[in-house]
Amino acid sequence: MRFLSTRRRHPLAGLVVVLLGLLMAGGLYAVAAPKSPAQADTAQQDLIEEGRQLFLVGCASCHGKNAEGLKTKAGNILGPSLVGVGAAAVDFQVGTGRMPMVQTGAQAPRKDPVYTDAQIEALSAYVAALSPGPAVPSEEDYNAEGIEGEELVRGGELWRTNCTACHNFNASGGALPHGKYAPSLEGVSDKHMYEAMLTGPQAMPVFSDETLSPEDKKQIIAYVDSLHETPDYGGLSLGYLGPVSEGLFVWLVGMGVLVGFAVWIGTSGVRSKK
Amino acid sequence: MTDKHTDGTGGQVEVAGRDSQVGVASAQADPVPDPGLPPHDPRPTDIDEGLEKRAERQVAGMFGLATLLILLSCVAYLFVDIHGTFLNFNASNFAIGTTLGLGLLLIGMAAVQWAKKLMADHEIIEDRHPVASSPEDTATVLSAVKLGAQESGFGRRKMIRNSLFGALGALGLPAVLFLGDLGPLPGNLPSRTIWRRGMRVVNDVTGEPIRPADMSIGQLVNAEPDVLVENEEFDSPGEHNLEGTALLNAKAKAAVILVRMQPRDITAYPTRTNWGIDGILCYSKICTHVGCPISLWEQTTHHLLCPCHQSTFDLANNGEVVFGPAARSLPQLPLALDAEGFIIAMSDFHEPVGPSFWERGGEEDVSP
Repeated sequence: MRFLSTRRRHPLAGLVVVLLGLLMAGGLYAVAAPKSPAQADTAQQDLIEEGRQLFLVGCASCHGKNAEGLKTKAGNILGPSLVGVGAAAVDFQVGTGRMPMVQTGAQAPRKDPVYTDAQIEALSAYVAALSPGPAVPSEEDYNAEGIEGEELVRGGELWRTNCTACHNFNASGGALPHGKYAPSLEGVSDKHMYEAMLTGPQAMPVFSDETLSPEDKKQIIAYVDSLHETPDYGGLSLGYLGPVSEGLFVWLVGMGVLVGFAVWIGTSGVRSKK
Repeated sequence: MTDKHTDGTGGQVEVAGRDSQVGVASAQADPVPDPGLPPHDPRPTDIDEGLEKRAERQVAGMFGLATLLILLSCVAYLFVDIHGTFLNFNASNFAIGTTLGLGLLLIGMAAVQWAKKLMADHEIIEDRHPVASSPEDTATVLSAVKLGAQESGFGRRKMIRNSLFGALGALGLPAVLFLGDLGPLPGNLPSRTIWRRGMRVVNDVTGEPIRPADMSIGQLVNAEPDVLVENEEFDSPGEHNLEGTALLNAKAKAAVILVRMQPRDITAYPTRTNWGIDGILCYSKICTHVGCPISLWEQTTHHLLCPCHQSTFDLANNGEVVFGPAARSLPQLPLALDAEGFIIAMSDFHEPVGPSFWERGGEEDVSP
């Protein structure tokens, strides 16, 4: 103690005391403070890191190294910011093959997914870690098996009110200006339909769970599935595209056959030797 | 089997008359000589008995096949399951349609083949008849009319004639009076909707009221006033007093869409700066062109498209028309919040919704 008391007025004494105090406080905090979820879940941390690596290779050229979004020299959006879009948006865009885009254009078309399910999960985890957003729905949220009768009819009502303006009464899709289009929903999985309503990909509006409840969404999905399972009682559907394909059929095939008969009646046969 | 080269006699008469009027020599020869009829060329079936028999067999075969198909269609009607499917078509419809359709087609084709190959092969000429009545007929009718006028004294008895005109003229009065009373004029009914101050804006179909926090950027809600959509949780007693056609009419006029966009993207008219809530705006869902319901909203461009005729409205700019045949901006509904934080209307629309009509008048709520 004599050693300490003789040096208590040393110019560095104050500094030493402060350092000791900081060390003690830090040590106590480390012992007493609750462990943060990120530290506790190293598996999640690894997943996010794996997603970040995938993102830097496959996505950052358009969306920016920190998913902040990039603009072209002309000021157009090259890739929008992904901060806050949530895991559901990534799962939809990458899971349906829309992302990564092969080339820039009016709209990213659906194609075979480039990433595996595990990679998509990692990418979703990384983007979800940037800022909170809609999570990937669980299977009980979107699985529309067993919905029938009154609930199916209600799904149809919701579908006609909210969706048919763009996606057509039979979910065959439709055209939008400037080369965009509302895609056909044939062959789209229940999960991806749910995620599309939840996140509003590209030009599609958002239909949040608060205004269109998960139950409503499930009924809509069940109705869309039923559309594709119902037989064509009315005959040739011609893609359910309405007057465009029907008119084309009537003008080319219908009138073509009539003209063919007229030619047969009028010319061939009467004076021919065969 | 008539020949196109032979003109009707009427046509020849007319040509001769015109020539004599203008004084052109009518004796001049036709620059394109009439080739006359080609020699009759008998059909193969007329001269070759084998071909004739063959054609006969073809026609009879087609009629026979048609009989078979028509009988088959009856069998299909009786025995094919009406709920079954075939190639994703209704099996019954498919079977009946195919057999009956082909049967009818074969009857027609057999008749044509019969006429072409086997029925008598005369070439005949039928001259056209003049359309005008004969001079005798014209003279008879005219003399009858004159005699009638003379014998009735129509020109002589002026009092009778004028009183007749009076009676016939009076007949017009009931027509005008009765037709004018066909129904009450619509008054200001087309100009107003059921929206009133304080009415909640609720989800169509589900009737759920909406808080601003329920809507994210880029959200679209197809909405109606709460008095028109039933919802067990939020209904107050006596709220739903409309039903049937009146309910459907009210819903059709009051339908709105609620959209949310970044507040910085919105350029509101000075009179409309307080019509939205943090980027949530409400517009009529009825196109101002011919009244199609429109909810085709692109959240990226803030444009609302009408699927009928491609009218496009910019919802970030007071619903102004940016493309298409619509002539008026989409009417906007001013919004507010009630005590519970749900979105309500501040008033009815400030202008009539939907397509223009005669009494609508000019723009009530225009840009500065």
